[in-house]
Amino acid sequence: LRAGAAPLSNAEPDTMHIDAAALSHLAELARIGLDDGEAQRLVDELEAILALVDRIQEVDVEGVEPLAHPIDLAQRLRPDRVTEPDLRERYQEGAPAVEDGLFLVPRVVE
Amino acid sequence: MSWETVIGLEVHVQLATASKLFSGAPNTFGAEPNRTASAVELGLPGVLPVLNAEAVRMAVRFGLAVEAEIAERTVFARKNYFYPDLPKGYQISQLDAPIVGRGRLQIVLPDGTTKTVGITRAHLEEDAGKSLHEDYHGMTGIDLNRAGTPLLEIVSEPDLRSAAEAGAYLREIHTLVRWLGISDGNMNEGSLRCDANVSIRPAGSGTLGTRTEIKNVNSFRFLEKAIEFEIARQIELVERGGTVVQETRLYDADRDETRPMRGKEHAEDYRYFPDPDLLPVEVEPATVAALRAELPELPRERRSRFVEALGLPEQDARLLASDRDTADYFEAVAARAGDARLAANWVLGELAAFLNREDLAIADAPLRAETLGDLLLRIRDETISTKIAKTVFEVLVTEGGEPDAVIDARGLRQLSDSGELERLVEEVIAANPAQVEQYRAGKGKVLGFFVGQLMKATGGRANPQQVNTLLREKLDGG
Amino acid sequence: MSAPDTVAGAAAALAAKECSSVELVRRALEAIEADPTLGAFVSVRAEAALAEADAADARRAAGDAGPLTGVPVAVKDLFCARGTRTTAGSRMLADWVAPYDAAVVERLRTAGAVLVGKTNLDEFAMGSSGENSHFGPTLNPWDRTRVPGGSSSGSAAAVAAGLVPGTLGTDTGGSIRQPAAFCGLTGVKPTYGRVSRWGMIAFASSLDQAGPLGHGAEDVALLLQAIAGFDERDSTSVEAPVDDYPAACGAPVEGLRVGIPEALLEQLDPAVAGAVAEVRAVLEDAGVRCVPVRLDHVEAGIGAYYVLAPAEASTNLSRFDGVRFGHRCADPASIDDLYRRSRAEGFGAEVKRRILTGTYALSAGYHDAYYRRAQRVRRRIRDAFAAAFSEVDAILTPTTPTAAFPLGEKTDDPVAMYLQDVFTIPANLAGIPGLSLPAGFAGALPLGAQLLGPHFAEARLLALAGAFQRATDHHRRRPGDAS
Ligand SMILES: [Mg+2]
Ligand SMILES: [Zn+2]
Repeated sequence: LRAGAAPLSNAEPDTMHIDAAALSHLAELARIGLDDGEAQRLVDELEAILALVDRIQEVDVEGVEPLAHPIDLAQRLRPDRVTEPDLRERYQEGAPAVEDGLFLVPRVVE
Repeated sequence: MSWETVIGLEVHVQLATASKLFSGAPNTFGAEPNRTASAVELGLPGVLPVLNAEAVRMAVRFGLAVEAEIAERTVFARKNYFYPDLPKGYQISQLDAPIVGRGRLQIVLPDGTTKTVGITRAHLEEDAGKSLHEDYHGMTGIDLNRAGTPLLEIVSEPDLRSAAEAGAYLREIHTLVRWLGISDGNMNEGSLRCDANVSIRPAGSGTLGTRTEIKNVNSFRFLEKAIEFEIARQIELVERGGTVVQETRLYDADRDETRPMRGKEHAEDYRYFPDPDLLPVEVEPATVAALRAELPELPRERRSRFVEALGLPEQDARLLASDRDTADYFEAVAARAGDARLAANWVLGELAAFLNREDLAIADAPLRAETLGDLLLRIRDETISTKIAKTVFEVLVTEGGEPDAVIDARGLRQLSDSGELERLVEEVIAANPAQVEQYRAGKGKVLGFFVGQLMKATGGRANPQQVNTLLREKLDGG
Repeated sequence: MSAPDTVAGAAAALAAKECSSVELVRRALEAIEADPTLGAFVSVRAEAALAEADAADARRAAGDAGPLTGVPVAVKDLFCARGTRTTAGSRMLADWVAPYDAAVVERLRTAGAVLVGKTNLDEFAMGSSGENSHFGPTLNPWDRTRVPGGSSSGSAAAVAAGLVPGTLGTDTGGSIRQPAAFCGLTGVKPTYGRVSRWGMIAFASSLDQAGPLGHGAEDVALLLQAIAGFDERDSTSVEAPVDDYPAACGAPVEGLRVGIPEALLEQLDPAVAGAVAEVRAVLEDAGVRCVPVRLDHVEAGIGAYYVLAPAEASTNLSRFDGVRFGHRCADPASIDDLYRRSRAEGFGAEVKRRILTGTYALSAGYHDAYYRRAQRVRRRIRDAFAAAFSEVDAILTPTTPTAAFPLGEKTDDPVAMYLQDVFTIPANLAGIPGLSLPAGFAGALPLGAQLLGPHFAEARLLALAGAFQRATDHHRRRPGDAS
């Protein structure tokens, strides 16, 4: 944990993580539109971030189970009771487009 | 070349809990749009899921009923994709460590034979909302009432070999989930929805062919028709030298065909990972043991008991054990009447016809099983004939009352007093000399005329057998 | 007399009837209005706060006062407060009015506090400088050319500038502790599960915790007391007894063992090293035994964090799709056009970076090498802390590698920005509590030291902080004091 050390200089990645095509696939999965300039900058930035992240590749994790939660607890279960009132009007107050209680979106074809 | 069909089904069952899977919003059908979508179902910023205990218990009960392993530790995962009826941009589902592991289900095929179908797994997940495509100025309306409804997704092994087997499997699931009381099984409301994975391979081949997935088939009949179409399509395609491509297809009932679903050409990358808002669920062995102890006698157990202990034909046993209310009703009738076959005939005959005509469920039948049993007792002790019993039945279902009271009030008691009957027979013979002449000249058919006259004279209350015997005695002997 | 500018001071002054809540709230509102360039607030609830202050004074007059009755506070604009705009510092939610209260907002109200406004933050709590807000940057009150730290930038700046005595922030990788250090404050990231996450807009659900910022240990203890505790609406909330935090601030520390992870402290900035050394010396004077302690694999924490936090964020932020709430682009041609443009316009650069990084880490082909591997490293780190805490009662580290840096210095270098959190991230990975306290100065800029403890040992960290603060006056220094 050398706070002052620049991780990129001593950990040159030998493989590229992300190229333009990979980035556009990620942007498609995440439904974020990107313009060309933004995309090129993001390729470089993600490349640098993943180089930092590659510190984890050096840790020996042989036989170590993944940890999803920092606290070892089991899920608490909720009694099957109706507790939620109808608050449709309140919840839809700031909605972008509503008609007859429905949220409207551009036509979705199945 | 002869082809073998390989089918596996994924069945989504809506669980009949009071509240949603991850919130206290009501789990009901048919509310005005978005009235039963709480902050959690809307995926508002900052909301969190808390798991419904009853949904877990229902899943365990299903697992026990299909003799499956119940996971001691089960994990919820996020399945990520964008769709307007999926409010959070992910569905909370299960991937690794589903609550129900490997199990099996015995199904009854149309020819009466049984087959055991493997259950791969069953897992809990939340339902999505609905997109309404009626025209809102060219827009689609999103109703999230259904979002968050608890679903049990039941995945079968590719053990089914025909559309008919697939239909029988879906019926058995339908019977079972209603039997267990974990779903209303209402197909019209989407409480049971089915996806079918269909492939073909040369008969005898050990490898699986490329499969297509037919999405969202919501009736037994359409499932069988969709699969039949798809099998024929695949065989024709392959025999013409083509290859089946792995894809998702929709069944169009109006045109009776399947066709590729738009936007599903590419395999999605769902990026499953454990939902960090939920912790692993521990299913205590004691809880499982208690649920196992509470499990009712299951349809297949009841079917075989009806055949083996009660001596019913397979077909009757299957029909009577198709739902718990019918089976319970039948058993109560049989116990009262002391004759299972007679009880089966009446429940499947007269009663079923009446309920069908009136569009009633057996639970809403206007006469109690015990009442019907009492009526059958009067057939057995020859107080009334079967024909008169049908008349009494009509009175009971339309006006109510008790069989004995109806029989007495309407004077329907069978005439088995042979003295009175003998007198009536003599009267009829005396009143019809021409027919007596014909009979004695060898026209045996005329006997029917005399029986008819006697029934008329007694208002149908005469015991037909006794009448026959007496008539022959008088006509042949005199 | 001048108005008390601490939580404990305000609570005491109100209890002694030396001032009214209306006076304190009015003064806070005036101070906020007088300093618009600081950028500490996104929304100010002027009328509502005055009405609540009036009600608080009435309750006190009726003898019905709670521990914080009438004390003005502010919360990071990541917490929902019903009827109040809740923006997450994002254009996505620039006009979104929350229809419900976050659990901590409810609890603050129950304790009697008056919510004067919502503080500025790095968008969706993603950032370490306070520069990633749609509503503009927050400045450091100690030096307005420098950053206040982030992401709880406004919550730190508001207290440091004397606008409100105490605030709530959130901490996913250091977002309470790092701005506390940069602004000369005490800040606590509680144990994961100690404070309900209901109504706190999620960044990374397995790492996020809400916590207090204030001048001294007693101030944060009073706020933590109000917000800690079990909540059935949060599945990760822990049903464990809540200690008496204000009392803990005065508890004895003699005989406690504090671990110094010496391997982590090599190559430190000399001023930062000096601050840590001072804390060590003062605690030793108070009877604490400082001993070396090992923390294996902790150096990989930043790598694990920048996989796990973006991975969780990438899906937590999928709900911002322009369908039910929040920003929607003009004239979407199709549903996908609606998604792509609404999210492109609604999210800022850092949020997009993290969503894309997280999408990568979870995607087919990379899931095992990144997401699953990071979770394994996370277990190693948690185990390393568990091992360390079998030998020591607490661990002492710097909070940040340096003092506050100039505005704009790291905005084009995300990795340099990420390295800000190198000392704070391990606590989030392990789910343990961490406390940053003012520990000295680098020139005119405050420095922080961090105390880490085992799960649910917040009271012990407050006791150590209290002992240090009884012997020092760093936490009493204010921007603009003659030095
Ligand atoms: Mg239903
Ligand atoms: Zn499913």
